Amino acid sequence: MKFGVVIFPGSNCDYDAYKVVEDVLKEKVEFLWHKETSLDNYDCIILPGGFSYGDYLRTGAVARFSPIMKSVVKFAKRGGLVWGICNGFQILLEAGLLPGSMLMNSHLRFVNKNVYIKVERNDLPYTTACQVGQILKIPVAHKDGNYYIPQNELLDLERNNQVIFRYCDENGNLTQASNPNGSLANVAGICNKEGNVLGLMPHPERASEKILGSEDGINLFLSLVHYSNGAAD
Amino acid sequence: MNSKRKARLSQAVVYVKLKEGLLDPQGLTIKKALEKLGYQNVKEVRSGKFFEIVFDSDGTQPSTKFLNEISDKLLANPVIEKFEIEVLK
Repeated sequence: MKFGVVIFPGSNCDYDAYKVVEDVLKEKVEFLWHKETSLDNYDCIILPGGFSYGDYLRTGAVARFSPIMKSVVKFAKRGGLVWGICNGFQILLEAGLLPGSMLMNSHLRFVNKNVYIKVERNDLPYTTACQVGQILKIPVAHKDGNYYIPQNELLDLERNNQVIFRYCDENGNLTQASNPNGSLANVAGICNKEGNVLGLMPHPERASEKILGSEDGINLFLSLVHYSNGAAD
Repeated sequence: MNSKRKARLSQAVVYVKLKEGLLDPQGLTIKKALEKLGYQNVKEVRSGKFFEIVFDSDGTQPSTKFLNEISDKLLANPVIEKFEIEVLK
């Protein structure tokens, strides 16, 4: 399986994602500069965390017009796996590949800590190695992670089972106290209707080795490899 | 009269703010700060941002269609924000 990690000016989790794929997953991975336009021969494109274009205007608002994004949209429409983490999620929202938008955290502060998220589905390429209801301990680090979507669209999102991860407490309860940013319905991660595009605010790439305090994040990477191997059979 | 006069610049301002009904924690915080300063008569504060745009043109005013397009495409996020356009003479 071959991953491509896009580097925008201001990305800062690009190496984290790259290293997890290379060292922990032991799969092929290449960096893609945001001015590149060819995504042939990749199985999964990762839009990493960071502060693309300094988060000027709105998070992800300028990055979505980077040359590579036209190709990312085409790649996604063809069914390619596109995975946005934190700032990458914000870029996917701005690009319209995922519905809704981010608001500033309800408490107005940058939040940087481990959180618990509950897996809602394990039939996606990103979650095949997880159990439904499994609780993952993964850190968040953002100021604009307060997921918002108009009420009628939230109903559609829920009806289509597009909410894949929700903030919860250690025991899996969806409480207000366990919601680090004020997101509607404790949303931590969503997918598109087809299930090939995923965005989430927590950072699985920062929780994929024991030395980092949690290995729960590796489940998402492993899922993709399982999925890819299954698809190749 | 003045042949060296430069081509007139045209200017517009785009105001962007959160849609009504959306919680604006920044506005709330500013309102609370005003209350702490003793200004009790403030009912609501909504925060937002604005963009001054100067056009390098022959003096013709930028079209509303054009300003709507750039506001909708980049300056505002239609999911959460609305915008107002003001063309300066």
